[in-house]
Amino acid sequence: MKDKFTIKNLNFWYGDKHALKGINLSMKEREVTALIGPSGCGKTTFLRCMNRMHDLYPGNRYEGEILLDGKNLLEKGLDLIKLRSRVGMVFQKPTPFPMSMYDNIAFGLKLMGVKSKSELTSRVEKALKDSALWEEIKDRLHEPALSLSGGQQQRLCIARAVAVEPDVILMDEPCSALDPVATAKIEDLITDLKQNYTVVIVTHNMQQAARVSQYTGFFMLGEVIEFDTTEKIFTAPANKLTEDYITGRFG
Amino acid sequence: MRLHYQKRKLANYVALTVSVGSAAFGIIFLFWILKDVFTFGFAALNVDFFTQVSAPPGESGGGMAHAILGTLTITVLATAFGVPAGILAGTYLSEYGRKSKTASVVRFVSDILVSAPSIVIGVFVYAILVKPFGGFSAIAGAVALAIIMLPVVVRTAEEMLKLVPDATREAALALGAPHWKVTVSVVYRGALRGIVTGIMLAVARVSGETAPLLFTSFNNSFWNFNLTEPTATLTVTIFNYAMGPYEDWHQMAWGAALLITATVLLVTIISRIIVRGRAG
Repeated sequence: MKDKFTIKNLNFWYGDKHALKGINLSMKEREVTALIGPSGCGKTTFLRCMNRMHDLYPGNRYEGEILLDGKNLLEKGLDLIKLRSRVGMVFQKPTPFPMSMYDNIAFGLKLMGVKSKSELTSRVEKALKDSALWEEIKDRLHEPALSLSGGQQQRLCIARAVAVEPDVILMDEPCSALDPVATAKIEDLITDLKQNYTVVIVTHNMQQAARVSQYTGFFMLGEVIEFDTTEKIFTAPANKLTEDYITGRFG
Repeated sequence: MRLHYQKRKLANYVALTVSVGSAAFGIIFLFWILKDVFTFGFAALNVDFFTQVSAPPGESGGGMAHAILGTLTITVLATAFGVPAGILAGTYLSEYGRKSKTASVVRFVSDILVSAPSIVIGVFVYAILVKPFGGFSAIAGAVALAIIMLPVVVRTAEEMLKLVPDATREAALALGAPHWKVTVSVVYRGALRGIVTGIMLAVARVSGETAPLLFTSFNNSFWNFNLTEPTATLTVTIFNYAMGPYEDWHQMAWGAALLITATVLLVTIISRIIVRGRAG
């Protein structure tokens, strides 16, 4: 399996705060990589580097390299709009747009220049089927997205990210605001998505990381303590800190 | 112990009575005004009131049609000048300027403008538009009202846009949407109801202004379809008629007062309903 992302000596600052320190790791294509670690360890910060979300706010600074298919994302003058259509993101809380369910998904497609009505309709349908939401909402696609339950909203957001057919989907604790049933549905969905996409998921829930991912990175205080296959991390971690964390001794 | 408890009960009772009394004192005047406006005003309303222009001084009859048209024209024009500028400035503050130095200066100035006496704004427009261009006009009146609306619209637009969560903006940007597109198709949509309400309240507020119009649109006893001519408005006509010597005029002034009060009340109630709709 080839590497999708290769991160070389990545450092990141929020103003004066050195939030990520010399991160080196690589992520395989069409696999799920989980990022775990205690609160404030930098896993979300790291995730948000991968689609350059930090550029929205002044005072943030990167150093090092994030290679996506061999091309450095931190290059000056990189087209962020293009990058973000290749690297989709799902957020901690569901973020449906204040419009109909259909328009939510069509939003990204229209941005990409899809104009024909029939193509929009068929791609919206495909995205919803891929996100296991189609059966639940097919009769009310034109109702406001905010009328859905939290779990459905989150799957709608995943559908919205999937609709534009990115290479990578970043997920920032996508289940932390959901109940166990909705969480199980999203986890199933992540496993399905792996067929076509590279998925990177930040999670606080170690069982979740164990269930959905093939690779796991353990972060602490802005550094990667250990990165390996999920199996190895959870059964035979090389580092004492990793072991203490996954066995619940701290965190 | 028991005495102590009694004392606390008594203090509570006194505080409750005083605050309820004060609230009632305030509200009584509102209802008193409404009662007078409605009773005296209704007597003045008839078909002529809505279709005729003023009768010559001393003659009975006539109506307010020209002033109704004038108020409508000036308010619509003021909205057309003030609202787009206000919304764009609000957009700058909420979407672009944010915590920047420029944004905080704009916010501060806009807060000062809110509390600027409206008569000062009238005199200002007199100096920049009426005097140099040789006459009172509906346009000058509309500009004065637009300046009064501006800060209200700026701040409401900003507040309403800020209610849209940052996560929603990030989600749209993460899909590859450019900043302007996020603002127009996502953020505006989320804030639409609040902004419309803000505009309605700002319109209601300026439609009752008199002082700035005295120096700008002045008054007129006849139909005027020219925006560069002096134009009658309900408020200025109330001012003149209420001061006038004829009983007929006083009647007309009450009628005009009722019309304006009822319109402002209606607009305010409608915007309340819209706001409630959003919360529910």
